[in-house]
Amino acid sequence: MADNSIEVKNLYKIFGAHGEKYIEAVENGMSKDDLNAKHGHVLGLKNINIHMPSAKIQVIMGLSGSGKSTMIRHINRLIDPTAGEVIFQGEDVCKMSKADLQEFRRHKTAMVFQKFALLPHRTVVDNTVFGLELQGVDKKERHDRAMHWLKRVGLEGFENNYPNQLSGGMQQRVGLARALTNDADILLMDEAFSALDPLIRMDMQTILLELQKDLQKTIVFITHDLDEALRLGDQIAILRDGAVIQQGTGQEIVLNPADSYIADFIKEVNRGRVIRVDTIMTGANGGSSITIPSGSRLEHAAKLMVESGEAEANIVDDKNSAIGAITLKSAIDAMVTPAAH
Amino acid sequence: MSTDNTEAGLNLTELLTEFPEMSRGDLRDFKKGIDETFRDFTREWGESIEGFFVPLLKILVWFEKLVVATPWPLMIVILAALVYAGARSWGLVAGTVASLLVIGYLGMWEDMMFTLALISVATALCIIIGIPLGILMSKSDRTQAVITPVLDFMQTIPSFVYLIPILMLLGIGKVPGLIAVCIYAIPPVVRLTNLGIRLVDKDVLEAADAFGASPRQKLFTVQLPLALPNIFAGVNQTIMMALAMVVVAALIGVQGLGSEVLKAVNNQYLALGLMNGSAIVAIAIVFDRVSQKFGKRLQKHSEVIHG
Repeated sequence: MADNSIEVKNLYKIFGAHGEKYIEAVENGMSKDDLNAKHGHVLGLKNINIHMPSAKIQVIMGLSGSGKSTMIRHINRLIDPTAGEVIFQGEDVCKMSKADLQEFRRHKTAMVFQKFALLPHRTVVDNTVFGLELQGVDKKERHDRAMHWLKRVGLEGFENNYPNQLSGGMQQRVGLARALTNDADILLMDEAFSALDPLIRMDMQTILLELQKDLQKTIVFITHDLDEALRLGDQIAILRDGAVIQQGTGQEIVLNPADSYIADFIKEVNRGRVIRVDTIMTGANGGSSITIPSGSRLEHAAKLMVESGEAEANIVDDKNSAIGAITLKSAIDAMVTPAAH
Repeated sequence: MSTDNTEAGLNLTELLTEFPEMSRGDLRDFKKGIDETFRDFTREWGESIEGFFVPLLKILVWFEKLVVATPWPLMIVILAALVYAGARSWGLVAGTVASLLVIGYLGMWEDMMFTLALISVATALCIIIGIPLGILMSKSDRTQAVITPVLDFMQTIPSFVYLIPILMLLGIGKVPGLIAVCIYAIPPVVRLTNLGIRLVDKDVLEAADAFGASPRQKLFTVQLPLALPNIFAGVNQTIMMALAMVVVAALIGVQGLGSEVLKAVNNQYLALGLMNGSAIVAIAIVFDRVSQKFGKRLQKHSEVIHG
């Protein structure tokens, strides 16, 4: 499989007339407030380095003003960086010519937006074909491909409605179908589910995870919601004031928060849904009748043990051979004990 | 010393009460200079400018002949069909047919056809020139800054004032009348095209960029369709203003309802004035309702069915 990882290197964005002049000052530790007060420039991103793995979901998390939306817009260069590189398939997006960038956006990326950004004067299916229409794909083919994806996101029968006639959740499904119809290697999702109410948001997350099993795209997902980040992210990077303050898997972040800011963040997290059995298992002893696949979350493991009435379970790998064991007590301990900090 | 002071005082009073005017001779030369320059320009270029407008004249004359020569029952059917196509309202069709019949019965059929022809050609011309101009304005703030004062000027200067150079250049006739109408009527369509494009949702534009739309694709798939309701409001205003100009156009020799109104004013014919004036109002109402309803239909997609 082709390597569709994205490499973000030393990325800086300083908003203002002469951003490039202040990179050195920022490198030397000038704060966001100082930069704004003294030079009237706004620090957007500061020395971002993220390796976004191929065919995985990379979540970028942060509160508003942390620079996460600015960050994702550098990947398809809706925003030009002040300095730095975004490398995809050996090419630096930041150095592409206008024509190359247009081709790159048409064929390599697709984007889903927080406010849906559908064309209000077009029907659902005509919105879905939008990307293919820009590529110049012929009418019949683009219609067929659009209908395929509309079916996949559960919008069959709504293809001739206008966006305004649909609920928010359904509108965002159109947004998702529009992006998927492009069949691009990179899927950019800018707070795609943030405008939806909690139940529908969960629904959409499930749809995305289901789809990703077959799609295997490199997804960059922006969110301000930690639960969403932990549920979706194979990799998570946390941004604050335009800088990455921690990156790793959800479990790594929950178990070892880099600072008190993140520790505060993860206090309320349901740890049973984040920590995997592999983290707390001990050497295999084969003394249990139930087996739990490696990589399962603690909550799931605890549920299985409680239901079967066993206090112990074996952890098995994908070849079904035992690689360790956990006890119900150790599972519950790990679920309720906050990380040491 | 004291005499000097009095003299200075006298001069000051004079200065405050009498405006320091240009001397009469200089002023005359100044005005004459401008007139002569323009007259020379007219002599030099008048014919080629007139030649430039010949195609326009041909179109206008052809169209006038067409509508005047069309048998009246057929014309009524055509107009009724157009009204229905635009507004999808039988009430409006009935109203239109009734007013056409009354206007015809009162002996104004041919004049009305001339006026309709002029308004149609003028509106078409305004749209053909106005929409691209509006698009250009929306693309750059600098272009907007240049064109806006020109439009302000065109809308506020008394129309008789620009009749003078038009008359000097092109004389009396249909084309100068048409140009005078267009100068007055074109600003709304330009302004509202510009405004409509500038008001297009930034999020949708960003989405178009993200999917790799070229500037041309963006214009035709996103900006113009979303600006259409505003553009249409501009076209509606343009039609109304063109109708308001028919009497002024009659001053420089355009035949139609306007010239009858002018005749009525000159001879104090109350009935003639009222009848032709009312005919203009009737046409205006039909145009306005049809174009408004058509504009509303363009926005059908924005009806919110789901709460």
